[in-house]
Amino acid sequence: MALLEVKNLGISFGGLRAVDQVNFSIKEGQLYGLIGPNGAGKTTLFNLLTGVYQPTDGSIMLQDKLLNGKKPAQINRAGIARTFQNIRLFKKMTVLDNVKVALHNQVHYSLFATLFKLPSYWKKEKEMDKMALDILKVFDLEGQASVLAANLPYGKQRKLEIARALATNPKLLLLDEPAAGMNPNETEELMQTIRLVRDRYKITILLIEHDMKLVTGICEEILVLNFGMELAKGTPSEVLNNPEVITAYLGE
Amino acid sequence: MNGMEKKGNRNVLIKSVIALAAIILGYVAVYYMMEGGILSRQMTSLIPRIGINIILAVSLSITVGFLGELSLGHAGFMAIGAYASAIFTTQAAGLPGFLSFVFALIIGGVMAALFGVLTGIPVLRLRGDYLAIVTLAFTEIIRSVINTMSITGGAMGLSSIPEYANYTWIYIFGILTILVAVNLKKSRHGRAILSVRENYVAAEAMGIPVTKFKILAFTVAAFFAGIAGALYAHTYSVLRPGNFDYNKSIDILIFVVLGGMGNIPGTIVATILLTYLPEKFREFGDYRMLTYALALIIIMLLNSGEMKEKIKGFFRKIVPQGKVKPKKLQEKKGEH
Amino acid sequence: MEFIEQLINGLRSGSIFALIAIGYTMVYGIAKMINFAHGDIIMVGAYSLYIFIAKVNLPPVVAVILTMLVCTILGITIEKVAYKPLRKAPSLAVLITAIGVSYLLQSLALLIFKATPIPFSSFIEVPALQIGKITISGITIVTFLVTTVCMILLTLFINRTKIGSAMRAVSEDKQAAQLMGINVNRTISITFAIGSMLAAIAGILFISQYTSLRPTLGTLPGIKAFVAAVFGGIGSIPGAMLGGLLLGVIESLSKAYISTELADAIVFGILVLVLLVKPSGLLGKNRIEKV
Repeated sequence: MALLEVKNLGISFGGLRAVDQVNFSIKEGQLYGLIGPNGAGKTTLFNLLTGVYQPTDGSIMLQDKLLNGKKPAQINRAGIARTFQNIRLFKKMTVLDNVKVALHNQVHYSLFATLFKLPSYWKKEKEMDKMALDILKVFDLEGQASVLAANLPYGKQRKLEIARALATNPKLLLLDEPAAGMNPNETEELMQTIRLVRDRYKITILLIEHDMKLVTGICEEILVLNFGMELAKGTPSEVLNNPEVITAYLGE
Repeated sequence: MNGMEKKGNRNVLIKSVIALAAIILGYVAVYYMMEGGILSRQMTSLIPRIGINIILAVSLSITVGFLGELSLGHAGFMAIGAYASAIFTTQAAGLPGFLSFVFALIIGGVMAALFGVLTGIPVLRLRGDYLAIVTLAFTEIIRSVINTMSITGGAMGLSSIPEYANYTWIYIFGILTILVAVNLKKSRHGRAILSVRENYVAAEAMGIPVTKFKILAFTVAAFFAGIAGALYAHTYSVLRPGNFDYNKSIDILIFVVLGGMGNIPGTIVATILLTYLPEKFREFGDYRMLTYALALIIIMLLNSGEMKEKIKGFFRKIVPQGKVKPKKLQEKKGEH
Repeated sequence: MEFIEQLINGLRSGSIFALIAIGYTMVYGIAKMINFAHGDIIMVGAYSLYIFIAKVNLPPVVAVILTMLVCTILGITIEKVAYKPLRKAPSLAVLITAIGVSYLLQSLALLIFKATPIPFSSFIEVPALQIGKITISGITIVTFLVTTVCMILLTLFINRTKIGSAMRAVSEDKQAAQLMGINVNRTISITFAIGSMLAAIAGILFISQYTSLRPTLGTLPGIKAFVAAVFGGIGSIPGAMLGGLLLGVIESLSKAYISTELADAIVFGILVLVLLVKPSGLLGKNRIEKV
């Protein structure tokens, strides 16, 4: 069964069609790649999927539930989490607290328990700490749990973004250029972590990446966007051999 | 595992007992300093004002420090609490004093919170810096409405309000405000509020209902401003519309900014000092506003990234390399 | 007849609001900040005019030019000293600084001129105009003429000059403008200069009408002009003009037909209503935020 089903999706800004007639579906457990040249509409597509923008036409369904018109917070609760191309951490909060913010909808206690530090506060906070540390361990960040997010080195900030998104317990995880700015070794390590995360948490991942080699190495299916429209779709080898894709990437 | 949990519970218990002891000790200490003549008469008479200002400043910290939104309407919410409670106690003469005051405090807080929700809803669902100007406008409206209504005594104000409030009442509510602020900060609700300040877009993407938490923070702050107003009315027994103007809001803002925006102990210290010093140095009264204005600008400029770098660069020049221990600095930053 | 007179009154105060609102809207459009000190520039303008005319006894034309100069320099200085270092700071820091600047100007005025209002007699000696039963005062005529000229000049400046198009570019996309070789810092300075100059003119017109100087005289017109800017659509110059005029008329009519005391409350009620119903204002654009 398809986890995510996108049909005829499109958005206009003024006269500009930033995304137009995009169709694709992601199966449960898949690692799906989204590629395309700069300005092809990849991040815009992410913003549509997460409710930052409302589509002008088309539909987005997550497990047969329509997501059109929902706000970002609602979409997150419905099961889609994301990272940002330009890192958006809660900079003046600790690494641990960054993840604990994302646990907001997983662990509940009342405002009353907060204000008077009732036993449920202590119990649930402990539970949250444990959950957050478990996730941080996956990304080798547990040692820096009490460091301010702003003071992490760049590569670790990118990892923290993924850890934070994962903490919202998503069905579908959207990663916007997770390896941007990393060196080849770091990138390789990150890709292994992503695969591990998918298997361990049994989630589905949609990933934007610039590096063709990388995407084709890790993803099972790929969608290529160009000028906001679908250029090609299929397995890595199909896409790589598509003459139109080659033209778009290498120029005439 | 079970043993560790027990140990954890014991730690919580010990911490709570220590906190309680400190609260009681603080109360007794200030009480004896006042009664035993250790504090000057001037200082003793300032104690209620300091307490009320602490309630105002700590509650404003929730909006400005935690949520990162600027409210210039704190004096307006205080006015609502003051007038609502005073009208109640002067009209409800039949009730015994204690009960009447308890009701008055609740009425003052709830009315202020209600107005907080009413002003918060149109503004806080928007992005952008509208809150400052709307709350400023709100304070002006409240003042002009109080000035024209007969139940509030118009420009003459209200007088002979029963003096129900005293040191004990103010101390209790001061502690309550501080506890609420401190507890809030380290909770899932508080983290949600902080995350809105840190990055609105990311907070939303992590499933935080941003508008809800903005309104929550703003309303809690308004509630305690209302309580502070009720305490004020029943301490000084006289209310004038002019008590709650723009300058009062700025005064409270100064406490919060000088205290380190969201740093509760800092805010308390700043409030005590800035309530005491102007009284001590009355001869410079004319320069108080000027000093406050300069303080606001300078603190903001010094806090900005650009200035920080410049200052760091300056110190690097005068302090030879290697003497500053970067590791320690990092640890300090990590505490937060 | 009374209605028409109230309408004219409204348009007069409305055109002053419009002049101030343009300053708010331009600064917001380009620097993305609410310049809280803008209202206090009006106050500085009023006091400067008073000094130049009543204390130094300069001829009115010279006094007006000097007043505009004082405010323009003040506006540029405030931007350079207080706002420029905070370009990358969170908006809360900028906002608090702006409040600090506003408070600083007021407290300086209070220290120098004291709180007691200073009477000031208008130097505008234009005879009133009589049309049928309606009298239009000289100040009203001057106000209409001056604001019309200002708005025409401003529109031409924005649309026809190189600096004007730089301003539009910076307000559209600061980074892109920078890449195109536009000097962003200079453009922002010019924006503050123009806004402050218009505020000076507004201050002169305001004080000629109300003839009493107080350190806080700029606050209320400042807030109302901000309401006008939001009403018209913050960031839009025609919006500020329209919003200012409409707000003046609404205020004047509510003073006449509803209640003098509640007129301010009604004006702020409009702000809340606009924010609830159409936050982008009458002529504002819906901005899409980049994520």
